[in-house]
Parts: sequence; C-alpha cells; structure tokens
Amino acid sequence: MSALLLIEQILNGLQSGVMLFLMAAGLTLVFGVMGLINLAHGSLYMVGAFAAAGAAAATGSFVVALVAALAAAAAAGALIEMLVIRRLYERDHLDQVLATFALILILSEGTRWLFGSFPLYLDVPDWLSGSVTLPGGIQYPLYRLAIIVVGLAVAAGLFGLISRTRLGIRIRAGEADREMIAALGVDISKLYTMVFALGAALAGLAGALVGAIQSVQVGMGEPVLILAFVVIVIGGIGSIKGAFIGALLVGLTETLGGVLLPQLFGLFMDPSAATTVGASLASMAIYILMAVVLIWRPSGLFGVRA
Amino acid sequence: MNRETIINLLIALGLIAVPLWAIWADEPFIITLATKVAILALAGVGLNIALGLGGLVSFGHAAFFGIGGYAMGILASHAQNYTPMMEWPLLIEGTKSMPVIWLVAVLASALAALLIGVLSLRTSGVYFIMITLAFGQMLYYFAISWPAYGGEDGLSIYVRNGFPGLNTLDPAQFLALCYAVLFVVLFLSSRLAKSAFGLALSGARQNEDRLRTVGIEPFRLRLVAFVISGAVTGLAGALYADLNRFVSPTMFSWHMSGEIMVFVILGGVARLFGPVAGAALFIVMEHLLGGISEYWQVFLGLTLLGVVLFARGGLIGTLAGRKVTHD
Amino acid sequence: MTDPVLVTHDICKSFGALQASRDISLDLRPGEIHALIGPNGAGKSTLIKQIAGGLRPDRGTVQFLGRDVTALDTAARARMGLARTFQISALAMEYTVLQNAVLGALGARGGVFRFFGNVLKDNDLRSAAEAALDRVGLSDQAGTVTGELSHGQRRLLEVAVALTLRPKAFLMDEPMAGLGADGSKRLTGFLDGLRDEAPILLVEHDMDAVFALADRISVLVYGQIIATGTAAEIRENPEVRKAYLGEEDQ
Repeated sequence: MSALLLIEQILNGLQSGVMLFLMAAGLTLVFGVMGLINLAHGSLYMVGAFAAAGAAAATGSFVVALVAALAAAAAAGALIEMLVIRRLYERDHLDQVLATFALILILSEGTRWLFGSFPLYLDVPDWLSGSVTLPGGIQYPLYRLAIIVVGLAVAAGLFGLISRTRLGIRIRAGEADREMIAALGVDISKLYTMVFALGAALAGLAGALVGAIQSVQVGMGEPVLILAFVVIVIGGIGSIKGAFIGALLVGLTETLGGVLLPQLFGLFMDPSAATTVGASLASMAIYILMAVVLIWRPSGLFGVRA
Repeated sequence: MNRETIINLLIALGLIAVPLWAIWADEPFIITLATKVAILALAGVGLNIALGLGGLVSFGHAAFFGIGGYAMGILASHAQNYTPMMEWPLLIEGTKSMPVIWLVAVLASALAALLIGVLSLRTSGVYFIMITLAFGQMLYYFAISWPAYGGEDGLSIYVRNGFPGLNTLDPAQFLALCYAVLFVVLFLSSRLAKSAFGLALSGARQNEDRLRTVGIEPFRLRLVAFVISGAVTGLAGALYADLNRFVSPTMFSWHMSGEIMVFVILGGVARLFGPVAGAALFIVMEHLLGGISEYWQVFLGLTLLGVVLFARGGLIGTLAGRKVTHD
Repeated sequence: MTDPVLVTHDICKSFGALQASRDISLDLRPGEIHALIGPNGAGKSTLIKQIAGGLRPDRGTVQFLGRDVTALDTAARARMGLARTFQISALAMEYTVLQNAVLGALGARGGVFRFFGNVLKDNDLRSAAEAALDRVGLSDQAGTVTGELSHGQRRLLEVAVALTLRPKAFLMDEPMAGLGADGSKRLTGFLDGLRDEAPILLVEHDMDAVFALADRISVLVYGQIIATGTAAEIRENPEVRKAYLGEEDQ
C-alpha cells in the first residue's frame, strides 16, 4: 500500500472522526450538565440532514441549507426538551432510555410519513466540488477537506465557548451543582433548553455536512448515534476533551481498520479469505478498542464518574 | 391471593383461551401471532431477570436473541445441506432437532453473556447501557460482514425443526410447545425471584453497600444473573428463528434490544408476568395499528412515551397497584 | 493482656492536597467500646471507610483478627466478621424488615448461589434473622416494608442486620444520629450489653452516649489522633479542650 493512499485514508478517518465529534459533543454535554442519556440524538442528526436537503432543493444554496439544518435541529431540540426531556431529568436512566427510544420511533416514522421512504440527495456545491492537490501530490476531495476544517473550527469554538464565555461558565457550574446556580438566580430550565438546543444544532450540522456525501434517509442517524456512544464511553462521559480524542480514535480506527486489516491478513492468507476475515474484524475493531479502553480505565480516558 | 396474582392468572387464561378460540374458528394467523407473543415474552422474561431483579439496564439483549437465532440457523442449514459443520479434529454435523438446537442456543448465548458481562459489569449506570448497546451492535455488524451464513441476507430454513413426539409443522402443536417452554421458564423465574440468589440480587439493586456489608460481592451475583438472563433470551431467539424459519442480522439490531426492553416496561418491570403482558400488548398494537396506518410506530412511540411519563409501573403496575413484597 | 481484635497501623490517606488521615494508629480490644470522636471534617468517615474496606489507605495497614486485611475488599472483611452500620441507613428499602435481616443471615452463612428454594422458608436463616430482630425490639415490624419505617427504626434494623453477621467486631458510624432522647437512651443501654459479645468501634456525636459507654475514647482532629484515653483522661486533656473549645463553642 502506498504512502499516498495511507495518507488519504488517514484524512478520511479524520473527517469521519470530526463529524463524530459534533455528534458526541452534544451527547456528552447533555449528559454532563443534565445527567440525561439521549438516544434521540441521532434523530436530530437526521432532522438536520432533511432540513438541509429540503432547503437546498428549494433555494439551491448550500449555505442556506446549512443554516436551515442548524436552525431546524436547534428548534426541534428546544421543542423536544420543553415537551418531553425536562420531565426526565429527575428520572432514572431506564426511563430516559425508554422515553428517548419512543422519541426515535416518533421522529423516524414521522419523517418517513412526511418525506417518504426514498432517500433524498444533497449535492456538494460547485464551489466545493473537485479535488485539491495537497503537499506531496495527494489528490483529495475539496469538500471532505472543508468538512475537516469546519469540524475543527466548530470544535475550537466549542472549547472557547465552554472555557471563556458566561454561558460556558454556567454550563460548567450546572455540571457541578445545579441547586447552587439556581440559588444564584440563573434560570436553570432556560439554561438546560439552551444546552440541549446547542447539542441538537451540532448534531444537525453534522447530519447536513455528511448528508452531502451520503444519502439523506430515515434511520441515517442511528449508526452514527451508536458510534457516538462508543466515542463518549471511550472518552469518558461528560468530557468534551474526551469526546474529541475519542471521536478521532474511533474515526481513524474504523477507516483504517477497514483498509488495513484485509491487507494485513492478506500477508498470510489467501486473498478472498483475507478480505472476509479482515472486513469482519474491521467491523468489530472499534468495539474491541472500546473493550480495551474499558479494561484499562472503566470510566473512559477522561471520565470522572463511573 | 393478591391482585397481581389474579391479574397473572387472567393473563395466563387469556393466553390459552385466544388460541383455543383461533383453532376452533380456524384462524391460523391468530395462532401464529399467539406463538410470536409467547416467544417474545420469553425473551422479555430473560431480560427481566437482569433488568427487573438485578437493575441491570441491558440495551444489548438482541445479542443473545440473535445468537440463539443463529444457533438454530447454522445447525439447521448444515443439516438441510448435508454438510458437516466441522470435520477435524472431530466430526460435528448440523441438526434439525429442537432439543439439541435449544441446548446449543442456551450454551452459546450464556457464553456470550459471560464475556459481555465480565466487561460491561465493570461499569454501571449510563456506561453499562451504552456498552451493552455497543456490544450488541458489534455482533450485528459482524453478522452482516461474515458471509459464510448469509451475511446481510440471512439464512432461510426450509422446514421447521422437529421435536420428538410432536408435529411442529402444525401451528397449534408448535404453539403448545412454545407455551410449555414459556410457562416452565416463568415458573423457574418465579422461584428464582424468591430464592437466596434472588434476594441477594435484588438487594444489590436496592443498595450495593448493604450487600457488601453483609459479605456478598455484587459483581459475581450480577454476572450470574446476566448469564442466566442472556441464556433465556437466547432460547427465545432459537424459537423465534424456528417460527419464521429464517434468521438475519436484524435479530441482532438495537431496535430488537429496544423492543425486548419495551415488552418488559409496557408490562411492568420486575413483575413476573410483565413481559408476557407487554409482548401481548405490543403484538396486538402492531396488528391493530399496523392495519390502520403504515406508520403505526408513531403511535407505538406515543404510547410508550405516555407509559414512561405518566403510567409508571406498566400495565400490571397500573392494574395491580404498588408492588407488594411476598412472604 | 489479650490481643486486640482490630488494629490500624500508621494509616495515611490524602485526597489531593487534603490529608484526611495522618499516621492513624488505633486498636480495638476484646470486650471494649472504643469511641472515635472529633469535629466535623476531622476525617472520621474516611477512617471508617478504610477500616471497613471501602477505601484503600495510601500507606499503613489494617489488621483484623491478627490478619493483614489491607488488601481485602469490604465483602471479604464482612465475611471475616467485621460488621458495619452506616451513618445514613444503607438498607434495601423495598424489602420487608425480615427480608433485610434474612439477607444479613444469608451473607453470614453463605450459599448465595441457590436458585430454587424460597429463602424466607429457610429455617436456619429465618430463625437467625428473627432472633436478631427480637433483640433490637423490631419483631412486630418484621412484615413492614423498610422504606416505611421511622428513622429510628431503620437505625435499629441496621444494628439487627449487623447482629445477624455473628460479628467479631462492630464498626458503628453514628448509630444515635436522629434517634431522639428516648431512642438514644434505649440504644445506649443495648450497646452497653453488646460489648461482651464483640467489641465496638463507635463513631458518635452524641457525647452523653459516648461518655456513658466508652471504655476508651480517641479524638481525631485534622486527620490526626491527638489523644486516646478513658473518658476522664479525655475530659482533662488540654489538647482536646483546645481542639473542641477553640473550634466549637461547646
């Protein structure tokens, strides 16, 4: 395997890792601040993608599509938080799992009702299509490169938001002691709605950005949701930093595992068997990674509570 | 006799009366639905041991359901193709015999539950939920990418497997067999709940420190409970595959895990007949609402949301009132 | 002199910059009640956790019945006969009083991995449980769900469960807390008789009870034992007076 191909795969892994981070950040934030496990986070990813596809079809503008994705997912998140989620903060995890599982059923089937079962397509805009030549002569799709840049920029913005701004201070304070900050006069239920909507917007953005590479369809959020769970289990629940490291690890492991493992087995097996074994193992690689991390550190790389 | 016992008896009677009526009225479809209820209830009874007694919120029980299903699929496909599973170092052939298939399904899913449990039970709370979910998905993707047994397409078995002395091709006889298994397991699980093991396991759910302080380490209890739970759900998987004469990776999917959990919750957590009531309600809803709208799962979601938010304790909890501890 | 039942030897434990235990050495001798007192935040709970097995000391050892148990977990120490009661009741709240007591008896006897027989019909366990409930005066409440007991009754149930363990030593974390004058007095009388069965390491804020019961008292301040002695010695100890009178206007 050539070095160029390897670098290209690393970039692909980085790209999927950065998108996973957008998903995992919302999940881990909502868990860290509100103590809530939200299975319906994948549905918000789907909402973002559908909103983007709809807006792009209506206006032809990719930028409008992204704005629509952010707005729709944030609005859906805020609405869901106010109608359902806030009744769940004081409940146990089992109730949270079931209620958010119910939300998935409602949102997925509701979307299928509205848009039908056929996938929609969101096209990469002209000004982002084609390839660029990177140093070293690597040809790489401009759009994927743009996704990496956008993802990293959002990650940096999120770190800044949490560590520098007043909202961030309140978020961190809410993690530490919700009674105290309520006593200090911060409207805690408004804060929770904002945090939930922020997480939803990030998921919606990821859905729209990925939607232009894959197709936009009902259920598209579910595999990503599971990966995001793996990410935050690895990174440590509640930790944004952990989510970032975990997302990159999972993105790279999954992408590189799919390419490298079959080749690795090809060294000592016949090609067709190597492809089979390699592909099967690659599909399990991130879960094996998760198991290893858990044996080593049961509350994740940067986790505090078990 | 307390109210819950009366409700349980009514459910059991209903479970028997409906198919008897269906046989009399010659409604084979109802018999199939009743069989499906019994098998899914069995899967729920398995989960209820971990979830209800042990407080272990496993979101990965589809793993065991799927393993049970594939145990049936793999053994039966080798038997129907007359190809041995293994020739060296010893010859192992497929089989069409249900008792053998059940044994393999139970052992294989128990072993998987042991491995998954050893890793997952190091954690608790949300971690446990997510990790069991992730291990379930791992098997799902493995089943998709492993081509030897059908990969994504799954495996079809042409003729239902046999049970000594019964004609399993007759829907009524297969139903009777599934009922027998369900009631035997329900009986065992009611004994389990009252046993020394059940007392300690449920005690660990209520207060872990208490268990340690009386000298009992919760980890091994929970691991054993998880293994028993996985084995029962695995047995249900083998029966489910036989009902459909088909296995596919969807048996491993996380929707399946969610549904098994929904049976338990709809009926009532830690209630002996909870999963039975929940599975029956689920299948009736699927059948009735599915007839009205293709998008019946929206209504299922709304019902589930309503139960979680407003009717805690599920169907049996609502009807029987607060749980009483029996003597 | 007989060997002490329980010994801690130079136990140290820090949480970040906070030294919760500094070189704590104390012992519990057969037949005695050894009270551990100290202002809030002195590190009493941390010490109890290290003795019970919930927390590993950074340095130092814990010996129980002549054996180094520092590496053993809570359950293993409990099986050796170290019975603990909690400051905040740790009981199975959905269970009846009897079930909680049977759970204790089950832990003491072993045989948790029995899957069939009705555990409440196991005569050995049941009679051990009933005997313990009888001793603390909870027999009438055997069928009551624990969550519905009064605060004081829960404390008594904690003691009853500890009794079912046939302990070689008791570790009691503020058993009098929230009992009220009457209840405290009754429990004081009960503990008084209990010391002959097994010695008690008693953490307690109720000074009447402490001075009435304790054969010896150790005073813990800022993670350090500043004095150990009889009630009279402790009353006169200048260090103790300084620590208490200087900090809590008592």
